[in-house]
Formats: sequence, structure tokens, C-alpha cells
Amino acid sequence: MTYARPKIELPGQEKNDIGLTLRDYEGSLSTLCAGCGHDSITAALVQALFEMAIEPEQLIKMSGIGCSSKTPAYFVHGAHGFNSVHGRMPSVATGALAGHRNLIGIGVSGDGDSLSIGFGQFGHVIRRNVNMLYLIENNGVYGLTKGQFSASADAGSTGKKGEVNQMQNINAVATAISMGATFVGRSFSGDRDQLVPLIKAAIAHPGCALLDVISPCVTFNDHQGSTKSYSYVREHKSRATEVDLVSPRAEIKASYYSGDAHPVLLHDGSTILLKKVDPDYDPTRRNNALGYLERCRIRGEIVTGLLYIDQNVSDMHTQCRTLATPLRDEAFANLNPGSEALAELQKGMK
Amino acid sequence: MSATQSRVNDFVLKIATVNGTGSASANGLLMKALFRMGIPVTGKNLFPSNIQGLPTWYEIRANREGYMSASGRVDVMVAMNVQTYQKDLNEVSPGGVLIYDSTWPRESTLLRNDITVLGVPLAKLCNEAFSVARIRILMKNVAYAGVLAALMDIDLKMIKKLLEETFAAKPKLVESNLKAIMLGYDYAMENFTCPLPARAEVMGDNSGNIMITGNEATGLGCLYAGATVGAWYPITPSTGVMDSFTMYCRKFRTDPETGEKRYCIIQAEDELAAAGMVLGANWVGARAFTPTSGPGISLMSEFIGFAYYAEIPSVFIDVQRVGPSTGMPTRTQQGDVMLCAYASHGDTKHPLLFPSNPHECFHMAVTAFDLAERLQTPVFMLSDLDIGMNDWMVPELTWDDNYRPDRGKVLGPEDLAKMERFSRYLDVDGDGITYRTLPGEDPKGAYFVRGSGHNRYGAYTEDSDEYQDVMDRLLVKWETAKSLVPDAVLSKADRPTRLGIVAYGSSDGAVTEARDWLEEKGIHADYLRIRAFPFSREVEEFLRSHDTNFVVEQNRDAQMKSLLMLQANDIANRLVSILHYNGMPIPSGCIVKGVTDHLEKEAAA
Repeated sequence: MTYARPKIELPGQEKNDIGLTLRDYEGSLSTLCAGCGHDSITAALVQALFEMAIEPEQLIKMSGIGCSSKTPAYFVHGAHGFNSVHGRMPSVATGALAGHRNLIGIGVSGDGDSLSIGFGQFGHVIRRNVNMLYLIENNGVYGLTKGQFSASADAGSTGKKGEVNQMQNINAVATAISMGATFVGRSFSGDRDQLVPLIKAAIAHPGCALLDVISPCVTFNDHQGSTKSYSYVREHKSRATEVDLVSPRAEIKASYYSGDAHPVLLHDGSTILLKKVDPDYDPTRRNNALGYLERCRIRGEIVTGLLYIDQNVSDMHTQCRTLATPLRDEAFANLNPGSEALAELQKGMK
Repeated sequence: MSATQSRVNDFVLKIATVNGTGSASANGLLMKALFRMGIPVTGKNLFPSNIQGLPTWYEIRANREGYMSASGRVDVMVAMNVQTYQKDLNEVSPGGVLIYDSTWPRESTLLRNDITVLGVPLAKLCNEAFSVARIRILMKNVAYAGVLAALMDIDLKMIKKLLEETFAAKPKLVESNLKAIMLGYDYAMENFTCPLPARAEVMGDNSGNIMITGNEATGLGCLYAGATVGAWYPITPSTGVMDSFTMYCRKFRTDPETGEKRYCIIQAEDELAAAGMVLGANWVGARAFTPTSGPGISLMSEFIGFAYYAEIPSVFIDVQRVGPSTGMPTRTQQGDVMLCAYASHGDTKHPLLFPSNPHECFHMAVTAFDLAERLQTPVFMLSDLDIGMNDWMVPELTWDDNYRPDRGKVLGPEDLAKMERFSRYLDVDGDGITYRTLPGEDPKGAYFVRGSGHNRYGAYTEDSDEYQDVMDRLLVKWETAKSLVPDAVLSKADRPTRLGIVAYGSSDGAVTEARDWLEEKGIHADYLRIRAFPFSREVEEFLRSHDTNFVVEQNRDAQMKSLLMLQANDIANRLVSILHYNGMPIPSGCIVKGVTDHLEKEAAA
């Protein structure tokens, strides 16, 4: 069920650049379990979109099927949403953004939705570099069908009833990088300070930005033996990088440059400030990123942060050389060649 | 028709070659020459699911009456493929002619006494005239066109002109092709009595007609409909639709200065993704479509059900091939009627359009988009391999410049400003069609598309009454659809009759010819050509006003008859199936036989 959230205007609420408050970025009340990691991610999305001052109607929210895929209902009630079929969010997003290139696309998926039933579409939307945020709420388990392992469950981790997962896991981050992703990050639903700026950077990135967010399932995967529980992730996560998004209008303050921070300038004039926590890490080189991920895996670390970025690869529309105007807004007269052209072209058919 | 009748401008020419030897250009040349002589002509490609090496046939039917269907006859066979020689020889109708390459001898046991066998040393002639091995093979195929020009009185000047047009950019090729033509032509003139009884004669110029395939016309229709997003996964026999759309988009929708494209074509990873892309694009308000064939529809079914329930306009073009499963990908059938009518789980049903030739493919493609947006539902256009990939002569396509797309019930910010609240699935007008809004315009119009249970306001529901309310309203929309889909086409016999023939799609030509044959036998039947599902009112009226209705279909299970029986099960005893489903286009003789056999059985009973 979805429940409308009562909208209460509180005096003195902070407003963003377009005069909207944080409440304007909220959606229906969540019907997920109390303590679900997904709700924390929703809150981070609300915060990030508020801070970026995105017009609600310019946003489209898309998802597949599963607990994760319910979440588009829980943020930005003024945006159109599309809760599609299992594993197929990427194709709907691709079509929607093909028809209207200026919309800001956010696709929310889960580990079952993206790494099992939707593994093909996950790969191809990345390969096509559709300009969108692709967020996986990754809990290693099937919630709505009551606790089966998902493809992201680590080998050797245990289910709620003690059964051991024998198969190797599919690592969404490493898979995405090896398939040619142009922006790949990982975070933890419990780390809002890291997640909000990562979401902002991902939205600003001119291509398909994948965020793999570990999001514990309090009901089916938060026990001893799980590698996706709150306590396990807190104990084993490390940060490779820290990011911040600086809008084109904002002045880049000198304080941002503490440590190893370096700016990644995006085509729209905004800047992703990237700070390496681990000096050994270079997120602009694919082989370095993949090697680092593997070293972390061997050490049993869940590495987080912006893990790979290449802002210079063409997105789908640049590859297709599509018109700057959204196709759906193009006048019919510019689409239809008319009767004379039809008569002319048929001369070759006689 | 008896074999003694004049074969002037009434013959079937069949050419047997090997896939990948370049025979297509020679065959195209012959057909176009006949077309320019003003003779009604069609070309059917019988090809293997193979790139090179397997047998392939091309069948040209020229017919002064304008009959377009398969005739089941072969008057002149060009047997260029040694592998299939025996089969090709057997297929020639009594009194017909077989031409073969006599460079190498054929066994005398392979001869027939009731036909004329003419040997032309094509390979020898070409080997002497051309030096490059690859050219020799290609020119051997051009040379038989020269033999046929002499034997069948096909205008040489016309052939020369066609070669000049085809190779306008490469004049050297005109010269070599013409040389090969003359090798065959001169040999035939010197050695045989020319022309044969089966020959061509100028009867006009076909100036109001064109030669086109259904797939090309369909792609053109999508262009003229204003489709901007095409998503697809390549599959025989539908690939030509996207090839055509791409070609014409490049020509008409590319900015000559900036190179910017007013279209976006996406080759998807599979048919599931192609369907999702079509839904996504239509959801944001861009006209989008996908061409596919039966196996693709199977894969798309989940999204089709979603589009039905969430009410997203979408256009699916199914160029049908032989099923089940992979079946015979390069053969034709009307086997997806049931599949498309009820695609997906749960209670779903979808409007279907049945073009019967390329001309109708062009116009029905446009209709499909208008209907999809008006009805906010998936709409299927069911073409088939025969229409889609074969060369048809049809009246020139025309376009009404006053046409504007019917975008259906879409509310913009101005409409929303006047409303207190927008509800996505509320039937305001009583026609079952509700109002939608497009993303990117107004937060007041925001709603959540979902395939899960929803109520008339668009909210999630598990409430029985609310769920049923929406499902029942979708039935109201279905009733509305009946008044919007194209009418069936009625063709009455010249006298009152108790017999009716019902057909659809590519069976039309065969029915038309069969009715003339039946009339000669004194059997008169009215003919109703169904052009859409759901059936408009006149379909049921037609069935009720005839004691016996022959339902002609190119599938095994009488799929259209089943749909008709669902519409009105009390008339089941008036329906008699005539079925043809071996993968070849239905010949007119099959219908004549089906009707006469039934009537004889009836008389005996």
C-alpha cells in the first residue's frame, strides 16, 4: 500500500535555489520494514535532489520489481514514476530518455532485479551509456519472497535459517567497470554523509552512473553470518575516495582542496571534487580500479566511494547524434516529409 | 484455366539459383522490365535461412488480370542450380519450358516429354567473354535474363535503360551487364524459335503503380506517422522494416548542416528490452514502435500485458513467419493471430490490424500509432513474410498533408491548472479512455505507472472492488475500440448468395482470384476482408447473413475462426475453415478447392 504523507508547511523551513523545501522532495510514506536500509537511501535521494534544486517535474523515477523497486513512490511526489516489470527498468529508462533527453532519470533497482533477472539489461544500459543514475539497493537477499539468496550474496555467507551460500557472488561494481561503465560508486545506506554527495555527483555525470548501495535487509539478512548486515558492513567497509559536487554557480573554496582532492570538470560546468582517501587508488584508470577492488576483496574489505569515472565517453544521444530538442517536442512538420517528397521518392519504385 | 489458353501476359517464371550468387539483380531486372511494359507483376522470393550456398528461388508472376497471389503453376523455369534440377524439372507445368545451363550435360533420365527443355551453355559463353572468375559467376545469372528477353519478348531497350538507371554511378557495369544480356539473347535468337507462347506484350506503363515490399512500406509509414523512437532486435522477416525506417530517417530527418537526427533508433539487446524501450518512449510522449516476428512477441509478452494494464500507447509490428518455436524463419504464415490478440498473462486483449499488401502497410502503420495513442494501449499490425519481403505491385502511395497525429487524451499544464486534482484512471467521458499527462511538464500531473493493482485514481490497491472497477472500465474501452478500428471491406457477388468468404491479410489476392474462378464454375460468394480486431459490427452481420462462411487462413488451428466464434458462438455452424499452412503463400487454387470440395460434400449429404 502507499499512504499519502500529510503535507505540513512549517515556518522557517530551509528553501533551495528554486524556492522548494525538503518536503517538496518527499513522496508517499514507505511501507517497507522499519529499519530497512532502502528508506535511508530514499532519505539521501530526497536530500541530494533538494540540494541540487531539481524541478520535480524534470525528474523521472523508474524501477523494476522488488522491495527496492517500491522506493520511487517514496520520493519526489511531483515527478512521474514508472514501476515496470522485473529486471526491465533499464529498457524503460532507455526508451524514456530516448524520447526526452532532457529529463533527469533515476532508476532504482535491487540485486535480484539487476544481477539475476535483469542482468542483461543492467549490462546494456551501461554499455549504451544512457544518461541516468542507476541505483542498486543491494541487500543480498530476496525480501518479498522471504529470504532466498540473491546473486550478490557472498560465497560462504549464511541465510537466516543457517543455510550456506555456495555460489560465487556477482560484484555489481566490478562487473559494471569491466563492461565499460563511465561512473561507478559504492556506498552504504547507513553512511548518509558519503551517499548524498555521491548521488549528486552521479546525477551530474553525463552518462550512466551506477551506484551500488549496500542496504541491509533487517528482516531476512541482518544476522550473524550475513555479509550484508548492518554490523558486518560497518566493520568491513573502507573508503577509497570522497567526493563532492560543486555546481557551476558555486565558487570552489580552497578548503575543498585539502588532501589529495582534484577537480573533475563536467560538461555542464559543474565539478566533481574527488579526494583520494587511499593514495594507492586512481579512479580514472580502469585497470587500477579493478585491481584495487580485487585487493580489497582479498582483504575482506567492502570498498566504498567513487570507484571509477570517465566523464569523456559519449552518452547514447551523443553517439546517435540526436537532436538537442527532446524528440517528443519536435514539431510534426519536421518529422513528416509530406506528399511531394513521397511522390518524389516513389519515382525510384517504378 | 487450361494450359491451351493464351499465355501472353499470363505466366509464371521461376528461377532456381544458389543463395549468394547475385541472381537478385538479374531477377529484379526482369521483373522491373515487365512492370515497365505495363503488365501487373509480383515477385516472390523463396529463400533459405542461410547466407550463402543453399538453394533459392525467385518466382515472377505476370498476369494481365492483376492477380497477385501464388498460382501453383510454372510456365518457364530457369534451372541454374544443379542440386535442385530434378525438383525444378518436376515442377514445370505441362506445356511449359525449362531452361538449363548446357555447359555440362544433364542425364537423359531427367527429361520429361510433356515440356520443352532448352539448353543454353551459359557458363561456357560467360567463361569465353569474361576473364575474372567472380564476374563469370555473376554474369552467368545476368545472361539468363538475356535468354528470357529473347524467349519471352521482354523489351531489350527497357532492359538497357534499367541497367543504366541501376548503375548510373558505374557506367562500366552497364557495359559488362549488357554484354552478358546480349550473350544470352543472341544465343536464344539463333538457336530457338522465339518468342515462346508464354511471353510478354506491352499493355501500358503502370504509371500509377509502384513496386515495393511490405517492410519498406511499413517503415515509410512509421516515418510519416511521426514516430521518433524505434527500438528493435533483428529478426527475420521483420528486419526490413527497421532498415526502411532507418534509410528514410537518414534521408528526411537528418539536418544537412549539423548532422543532427530527428529520430533515435536503438538496436536493443533482445526483444524484451525493445518492448521496454517502446513503452518508455511512449510514456514520455514520443511515438515509438518495434518491428518483430512471432518469437519476439513471445518474449515481449510481459511488457505487452503491462502496457495493456498501465495503459501505455505502443505499436508492435509483427511480420509473421512460420512457427511454432523457431519454425521456418524464411517462410510465411498467419500464425500469430491468437498470440497477439491475447498476449500476456491475466485478462488482456489487444487491437490488431491486418494489412493485405504493402499499400495498406503504409497507411495502417499510421493508423496503428493513432489508435495506440487514442486508446492508450498496445496496438499490433500483423503483416507476414509474404507481404513484408516480397515485391508487390501496388497503387502509388499518397499522403494527405492535412493529416495531424491523433495524440489522444493528453492533459497539459493549462488543462491541469483548471482541475482540482488529476486522476490517471478516471473515466471522465464514459468511453473507457482516461486522461494521461506527460513527464517533464507539471508536478500536478505526476502519477505513478504501475503494473500492480491500482484504482481509478492511479493509487496502488489490493481492494477487490477498486481492482475490478478498473478491469471493467477497460472493457468499456474495448467497446470503444470497435468503433475506431478500420472497417472490414465488403465485396459482394453480382447476385444474392448464401455463401460468404472471410479472409484477412495476405490471403486477399488469392481470394480475389479464386472468386473469379468460382464464378466461372457458377459459384458465387460474397467476400468480407477483415482488417481489424476487435471486429466492427459489420463482421458479425456478414456472418449471420450467409449460411456458409468460408474462413480462409494461413495457419493450422483456424485462429481467426476461433476469434469469430468467441465473438458469436451461436454462428459456429456457419463457419467452414479453409486452411493453408505449409509456409508457402496461399495459392488461389487452394481456396477454389476448399469451396468446391465442401459444396460437393454438402450436396452428397
